[in-house]
Amino acid sequence: MITARALGKRYGEKRVLRRVELDVPEGGFLVVTGPNGSGKTTLLRLCAGLAVPSEGTLEVAATRERIGYLAHEPLVYRELTALENLDLYGRLYRVSERRERIGMLLERYGLWEVRHDRVASYSRGMTQRLALCRVLLHDPALLVLDEPFTALDEAGAELLDAQLAELHGDRTLLVSTHDPARVEPLATARLRLA
Amino acid sequence: MRYARDVGALARKDLLLELRARDTLPAMLLFVVATFVVFHFSLPAHPSRLAASGLLWVAILFTALMGLGRAFVPEREQRVLDGLVLAPCDRSAIWLAKSLATLAFLVAAEVVALPVFALFFRPLSGHAVLGVALADVGICAVGTFLGAMAVMTRARELLLPLLFLPLAIPIVVGGVGAGAAASPGRYLGFLALYDALFAVICWASFEFVVAE
Amino acid sequence: MRGSSPPGKSSGATIVTVGRLPRIPLPALAVLCLVLVTTALALVFFVVPNDADQGFSQRIFYFHVSIAITAYACFAAGAWQALRHLWKRDPRADLAGYVAVHQGVIFGVLVLLTGSIWAKISWGHWWLWSEDQLVLFLVLFLFYCAYFMLRFSVEPGPQRANMSAVYALFGVVLIPVSFAAIRLAKGLIHPVVFTRHGPNFGGWILVTYCVAQAAMLVLAYTLYRVELAGKQLDARLRAVREVLA
Repeated sequence: MITARALGKRYGEKRVLRRVELDVPEGGFLVVTGPNGSGKTTLLRLCAGLAVPSEGTLEVAATRERIGYLAHEPLVYRELTALENLDLYGRLYRVSERRERIGMLLERYGLWEVRHDRVASYSRGMTQRLALCRVLLHDPALLVLDEPFTALDEAGAELLDAQLAELHGDRTLLVSTHDPARVEPLATARLRLA
Repeated sequence: MRYARDVGALARKDLLLELRARDTLPAMLLFVVATFVVFHFSLPAHPSRLAASGLLWVAILFTALMGLGRAFVPEREQRVLDGLVLAPCDRSAIWLAKSLATLAFLVAAEVVALPVFALFFRPLSGHAVLGVALADVGICAVGTFLGAMAVMTRARELLLPLLFLPLAIPIVVGGVGAGAAASPGRYLGFLALYDALFAVICWASFEFVVAE
Repeated sequence: MRGSSPPGKSSGATIVTVGRLPRIPLPALAVLCLVLVTTALALVFFVVPNDADQGFSQRIFYFHVSIAITAYACFAAGAWQALRHLWKRDPRADLAGYVAVHQGVIFGVLVLLTGSIWAKISWGHWWLWSEDQLVLFLVLFLFYCAYFMLRFSVEPGPQRANMSAVYALFGVVLIPVSFAAIRLAKGLIHPVVFTRHGPNFGGWILVTYCVAQAAMLVLAYTLYRVELAGKQLDARLRAVREVLA
């Protein structure tokens, strides 16, 4: 699914990634760890398609409509409601049975009651859950998750655990985390960035 | 067609955002009327047709700049633009939708501003109004495009007037001419040409502005 | 989706082919430049006969016009590099485009200066709105200054390169559009269209103009090469420092 050879990324003079090698098969689960500033986010952005490599090669066997990316930021409009945000993304990703799918996800992640409230009124944990809904909405084949457990409370983290277990094997996952023990049982490969 | 639906979904989002915030459009209205009042005090009474046309265009241009500066602010917050760029839709749809929404606000502001102008200074000919309509398209197309660029820089909204004003000079010439010249047809044609030319360039190159 | 790029190639003083043109070594270029500029100056000030209408002051026009054309050429070169960056993803195109635009602005300022001097000598004013070329260059100067502000306001990287390239392309489209606008504006503001009788292109006048034009183009290209070489050296030094770090 993802193949990288001598992948490097530079922003001007600042080198963020150096000679990264990756081989993630379909259905694989790669866990990326490393200290702050080691380039985890950059690597994930490259795989999601938001950045282009400066050196080396990167091949991702998925088009934009089959990739779901969870960033540090939730990528939702604060002044719109959860429903409006997901409806927009649902339309852009041409999700079939959009309304049903949105309802199902909101309910699963405990946001159904607040679906008509502006995202600005949500707590950080609720916003993160909405971001997860956004990522899962179009049922992507490749999920790129940048520290997905951040800001989630125990209940939210458990929901995510269950979701990851469900997707495991079926979908390809690329997850960066500061808590690798949590996803260790599911991981098929590990990458530590210096 | 898919593209049209994407543009529709995005434009609806932009209109919804503004209707909810309700800050840009009232500010533009207030600003344009206040500018007219300032003109009354700063310039001689009973301006000629040419001078009045010029005043109108200065006011429109700076009012538009106000609105354009804020166009991509919701996307800049929390990098929502990344979310749109990741979507499978054509990136130029983001620009087109935003331009259409901004055009709607600008026209809404002018629906009030033009009659006020006619009241304060002198009535506007049909050609002048047509000129305003044509110029609005150019202003929104180019302004939205540059607004997206500006919002991604450190200087942000500070940069937009610097980027936009040189490109706006031909629009002003066309607009003033449409309102004041003996044969406005040439100026209207020029505005249409400007719109077509720059809309195509904006449409074709927006992809490169938002994606690496 | 795939992204790949070979390691950056160095291009020092060795003769490397760039596209189809053989790359002239810099010292030879500098000598050629010196020869042409000296010849041009000599022709303009000592050989060419006085203009019937405007006398001695008209001589500045040989430089004013040739510098203007050179500036256009620089902006066009910048736009060409912009296209190469956006289309071919050439890693050298961004820097080359930047240097080209930089030279264009320098020569643009010279156009404004020479034009202003001519205006003062001929008409007694340091600035004339009726001179299309001057007004056009004023607009372009504003536009390309904003290019630098844009560039300095974004972190180095692919995004800055993309934005610079797109903006440079806008500039090149703006040139004819602005010129048409200025012409149209004159119809509104100055109902009497000002015409200047062009010089009678014969004999020495044509030769002098051609030499001056060649001199300015070679000067621009020399300065471009010098600046580009300097900046590329900087980049390589930084890369070496980083590898050692």
